[in-house]
Amino acid sequence: MRALAVARGVAWRTLHNVFTNPSLLIPSLVFPLFFFVAFAGGLSQVDNVPGFDFPLGYTAFQFVFVLLQSAAFGGVFTGFGIARDFETGFARRLLLAAPNRTGIVLGYGGAALVRWLVTAAVLTIVALLVGMTVGGDGIDLLGLYTLALLVNIAAVLWAAGVAMRLRTMQAGPVMQMPVFLVLFFAPVYVPLSLLQGWIHGLATVNPLTRVLEAGRGFLAGSPTEVGVAFAVALGLAALFSLWALRGLRSAEAAG
Amino acid sequence: MSNVFAGQVLTLAQRSVVRTVRQPANIVFPLVFPLLLLAVNAGGLDAATRLPGFPTNSFVAFALAIPFIQGALFATMNAGTDLARDIQTGFLNRLALTPMRGIALLTGQLGGIVAMGVIQSLVYLGVGLAVGVRLESGPAGALVLIVLAVLISIGFGALGAFAALRTGSGEAVQSLFPVFFVFLFLSSMAMPRNLIEIDWFRAVATANPVSYLIEAIRSLIIVGWDEEALALGFGFAFAITVVAVALASMALRTRLARS
Amino acid sequence: MTDRHGIEAQGLVRVFKKGPRAVDGIDLRVEPGEIYGFLGPNGAGKSTTVLMLVTLLPPTEGSARVAGYDVVSEGPHVRASIGAALQEAALDPLLTGREHLRLQTTMHGMSAADRKQRSGELLERVGLTQAADRKVRTYSGGMKRRLDLALALVHSPSILFLDEPTTGLDIQSRLALWAEVERLARDEGVTVFLTTQYLEEADALADRVGIIDHGKIVAEGSPADLKAQVGRPTVEVVPADREERDRAAAILARFGEPCGSAAEGVAVRLRSGEADLAEIVRALDAENLKVEHLQLHQPSLDDVFLAKTGRSLEGAGDEEEVTPAAELALDRA
Repeated sequence: MRALAVARGVAWRTLHNVFTNPSLLIPSLVFPLFFFVAFAGGLSQVDNVPGFDFPLGYTAFQFVFVLLQSAAFGGVFTGFGIARDFETGFARRLLLAAPNRTGIVLGYGGAALVRWLVTAAVLTIVALLVGMTVGGDGIDLLGLYTLALLVNIAAVLWAAGVAMRLRTMQAGPVMQMPVFLVLFFAPVYVPLSLLQGWIHGLATVNPLTRVLEAGRGFLAGSPTEVGVAFAVALGLAALFSLWALRGLRSAEAAG
Repeated sequence: MSNVFAGQVLTLAQRSVVRTVRQPANIVFPLVFPLLLLAVNAGGLDAATRLPGFPTNSFVAFALAIPFIQGALFATMNAGTDLARDIQTGFLNRLALTPMRGIALLTGQLGGIVAMGVIQSLVYLGVGLAVGVRLESGPAGALVLIVLAVLISIGFGALGAFAALRTGSGEAVQSLFPVFFVFLFLSSMAMPRNLIEIDWFRAVATANPVSYLIEAIRSLIIVGWDEEALALGFGFAFAITVVAVALASMALRTRLARS
Repeated sequence: MTDRHGIEAQGLVRVFKKGPRAVDGIDLRVEPGEIYGFLGPNGAGKSTTVLMLVTLLPPTEGSARVAGYDVVSEGPHVRASIGAALQEAALDPLLTGREHLRLQTTMHGMSAADRKQRSGELLERVGLTQAADRKVRTYSGGMKRRLDLALALVHSPSILFLDEPTTGLDIQSRLALWAEVERLARDEGVTVFLTTQYLEEADALADRVGIIDHGKIVAEGSPADLKAQVGRPTVEVVPADREERDRAAAILARFGEPCGSAAEGVAVRLRSGEADLAEIVRALDAENLKVEHLQLHQPSLDDVFLAKTGRSLEGAGDEEEVTPAAELALDRA
């Protein structure tokens, strides 16, 4: 499979870049940890709000959000790398050299995945160390991490699509802003039922809300809305793979 | 001579403002981003006002203090980056060859930050009023709030100028940003200190000067005239300003190593 | 005490931390009203020398006086007497040309009326009146350099430092800048200290040239003297009728000793410089020898650089085409 060979080459090179360059590696590790500390630590009192019904406490509640956030932003960070590759001309060399260009997208995606898995592992270890309680069994946890993984894939495909269309580092905010909004217009701090007014309306229609609530259900060992959540996550990944592949065509057309 | 000095300061401040105005991203981002975060947090955390002991029943009012700090931060980073660019391009050398006194450069730079600080404060305050926040301290409180916000801008701005003058690198200035953000997040930004459950977090927030800056602004909005909070807030803002301006002046003297 | 308009340096040295001796013992003297060209390749120490002379960088060793003032102990006096356009026109892309002038005149403490008048005058002089209210971002390289020059002239300095003023400019912009620099020296008696990596620039503009390499001045003098040091010019003649090579050689031999030339022509190294050229043309004419091609080869500053350092300056022009005077003479031949 030529596509796989190309993918392996691109992924290796991207990962090599990230893991030998602290300025690229550290932020994607530190930011999620920092958010976790700031949210879970600073706001722990929120689980005393009347109506807050998550059984495992606030640390576990926030862990799921930060895990999904790290998956989404990890994908966006990889998008920055793609944009940088286009700016330096490296991506053009890839386009010229690769016999199968779909492999390029696969390669960037694979790299993003490996990169996020490292972040997720560190985040999980830290969460367990600070005493996060886990209610779900192995299958439940597999469900949680699979959901997060799908979010990671969807995010990297989204960012790659933007990067390949705009082909400049200045596209950074264009990749980041929508992801940021989707993440924070979900029930970040309290369950959906405790949100009121306009934000409740927004969060209800926000597809990520389903994924977030299902993820929290998995961690607590009482999965809810699993089918909808997976449908949403898979749907986003499928949608953005089309977006990314068409972005690739646009990059090819631009030469 | 003092006329000349005033003219220099004014011109440099004007340049600092003009330059900001002509990079729309540098205006829009410091205005919009803090308001966006305010919307997100005010919506998401409104339920927290139902906690026993929460000082107000409007989370927007509680959180309105945060944009003033964030706005000062953004403006500072932009101004610091601009100053670093002046060093990199040699523009500072051009100024150094004139009879300009170093202090005029610093004052001018901070003057631009003050102008931005006033504009930002008015916008945040206006948005707050528009969504129904009422200042417990009244119109006089609004004035004091703006003065404090501007003082904070000057302090942060001088820190940004210090970083720029010390390193001469825009990237180094930008890399300060996460550090400032850590200070902001590990403060009483999102929860009153007495409602922070986790001991170490409360200790950090208590030791963090940013907590007192936020609490002083917040007190004018949700409490009224709280002498202690105001004294602490102005005290820290003043201390930060004095230290930062001293550091920046020293860095400027080294940078302008003209004889 | 140096003249109020001159430059004088003795044993100037600058060592950077963990770096080489960027400037390694420079002595120089620039007379008032003179255009002094500081010629050398990239990294030779030109800019470092300028930074020390304009008081922006303290020398590690040695001393210098600019406009009669010591660059270390009398910095403010030095700065008041000099104007400088340092490398890579340091302009703010977001400000207009006029705003730059306003900033610069204010920094020099001029009154509002003087500011306005002086700005208008300088914009006019450097040909930027039309573009004065456009942001510098939209300026061409040549316009930026001209604005840079105007800013350096705001306070009517008696000494002007130009660090690679035409690097990266097209020919036309370069010529315009040269004309303005020449005018300043000629009409206003401004002393000009100019660094360049272009031979033609030093040759065309400078009254005297200092060639710098690895932080040391390796040769100094007027362009003509420097070139004369490495050798006299040669003249090459190709007769219309190739059979007449020997006759042409005999005529040329009156003016100097024979030297190597292309197969079809003959060449001599002139005994007394290029003034002989007209004589040669007349002699050929008198002997009724038809000439197809006549060329004067001048030794260039690159030959000087090569002779002194064993290396060639990049981008050097290696020969000079026939001068206008010679062309005129040829017409008659």
